[in-house]
Amino acid sequence: MSVSVAIESMVSNIDASAASYLDACVHCGQCAEACHFYENTGDVRFAPVYKLDLLRRVYKRHKDPLAGLKKLVGLVPQELTQTDLDEWSELIYDSCTLCGRCTIVCPMGIDIAGLVRKTREGMVAAGVVPEGLTGAAERALETGSPLGIKAETFRKIVAEQAEETGIAIELDKSGVDYMVILSAMEILNFYEVIGALAKIFKKAGVTWTMSTKAYEATNVGIQMGDKKIAKTLVSRVVEAAEELGVKYVVSPECGHAYSALNWEGPNLVGRSYKFKVIHILELLEQLRVEGRIPTKGKDSRRLTFHDPCQIVRRGGIVEEPRNILGQIADNFVEMSPNKEANICCGGGGGVSSNSNAEKLRLLAFGSKKRQLDDVKPDAMVTACGNCRNVMEEAIDTYEMTMPVLSITELLAEYIED
Amino acid sequence: MSFLEFVEGPLWYFAVAVFLLGALWKVVGILRLGRKADLSIPRASATVGAVRSQFLHFVPHGGFTFRTIYHLTAGYMFHIGLFLVLLFGAPHVIFAQNNIYALPWVSLPYWGFVVAAQVAFAGLILLWVRRISDPVMIKISDKDDHIGSWLTFLVMLSGCMALQESVGALRATHMLLVDLWLIYFPFSRLMHAVTFVFSRGYTGAFFGRRGIVP
Repeated sequence: MSVSVAIESMVSNIDASAASYLDACVHCGQCAEACHFYENTGDVRFAPVYKLDLLRRVYKRHKDPLAGLKKLVGLVPQELTQTDLDEWSELIYDSCTLCGRCTIVCPMGIDIAGLVRKTREGMVAAGVVPEGLTGAAERALETGSPLGIKAETFRKIVAEQAEETGIAIELDKSGVDYMVILSAMEILNFYEVIGALAKIFKKAGVTWTMSTKAYEATNVGIQMGDKKIAKTLVSRVVEAAEELGVKYVVSPECGHAYSALNWEGPNLVGRSYKFKVIHILELLEQLRVEGRIPTKGKDSRRLTFHDPCQIVRRGGIVEEPRNILGQIADNFVEMSPNKEANICCGGGGGVSSNSNAEKLRLLAFGSKKRQLDDVKPDAMVTACGNCRNVMEEAIDTYEMTMPVLSITELLAEYIED
Repeated sequence: MSFLEFVEGPLWYFAVAVFLLGALWKVVGILRLGRKADLSIPRASATVGAVRSQFLHFVPHGGFTFRTIYHLTAGYMFHIGLFLVLLFGAPHVIFAQNNIYALPWVSLPYWGFVVAAQVAFAGLILLWVRRISDPVMIKISDKDDHIGSWLTFLVMLSGCMALQESVGALRATHMLLVDLWLIYFPFSRLMHAVTFVFSRGYTGAFFGRRGIVP
């Protein structure tokens, strides 16, 4: 039963682009060169093309325009089995962060991460999803946060930040220009970003608020491949923003949150929003260009920037963080490769919520570690709370000593008083 | 009807028909699956992204050129050699002018044919050696990959053997293999010769809207 619903889901998700991808793939294996899970383990099953094998089989058997004729002569692959689904869970969830680096190297330009997402949707239909992700989804639906942070706790955290900075932060305020949402990791671990935002926005004269009905940006539905949950979580933000009548929703330092709200959200809710989505990096850059956030002094440390995959390679926000760092960093150095070719932290795409993947995630960080060893920065700046948390843990594991900083928090430190 | 007349006559026309109709059926079938309209607000042009992607993926970017140099070199050797022989090899030009079109066409000198064919052979053999020796390639390769490689290899080999046109049986063997190759094409991964345009295009359009083409 569960296999048939997985097949049905995959069949219904194979559109013209997916069919083109699955038909154009020549099994050249180049994508393995781009995968940090393969690179650091040498496990051939982690070659991105192999991860697509279930979807390929479903396509060739059920959706290939010539499948009927091919069936007559036995040229179609075997039907999926429950064993296949169980075996591929590791390949689809534990060893893929949906970072999309494999597309760069693919001669056919196949969006492999997009196809892994479609396979995940089949896995969701069959109920073959790691517990870490289903648990996070349940908490997100019940409490509003995948980490179980309730509205009351959120109010307290915001109040503490208001007290610490001496700047009033008004929640649920109508008629302001911007509504800020935050990632679960920021609210729980990196809540200083709230104070940093208050400081920057006060200086820039930005009117803003946060909603106690929708403070959470993380969308575990997108990560696990459950459109229904993804839609519910996006809808909360959309409803809250439209109720408050804001002009913009500020997507926070979080990769998947930006993708979920800005790129996938309108398609999930089936309409355009009554507000615009702006990523925090875009907003900070806009304020910087307008001269609304004058800074004083520069950080003299050797700083580098980690590009969050969903914001940069799959989100198109590339130069903004570099321009911001150009204003406040005296000794900025790029890792290689960078920008759209960056190397993932190892914990995106729900991997960091998936305890089955913990060992793999730390191994996959090996590629990022080599980049850091080459550049030897004093600190690494990034724009994703999840990347930050994943890399901090990995840095500890590898006994490196290097702080990982939020670009918003760093900028706030240099805002003129 | 001799065997040569059969493979150059009825079987040739049948193979061409299967090739053309099969490829067309496949392309139309894929495109008819459609895509849902994207309701997100684009940052840049999908069309520009689709066009850019066509050229971007001819060579791996982002620092991957060196890491993939074996496959890149062998791939280009095979494809360039093959297309030179196919489109400009003198026997092919004459065959095409007699059977397909009668337009004037430039053809390679004999030595040019031999050099192009050797480059194509070297490329194909290098790709095949990688397919049977690299652990990733062994894991991901299936029957279709091997049949496509071998069929192409045999078409090329028989073509070179028939180049002197001294033995009719060699020409007949070459034509038989060409006919089989054409029939196999739409049902196999050889279709990538057509679908790569759509694959690159869809990715380019999807990300082009986001202001980036990976």
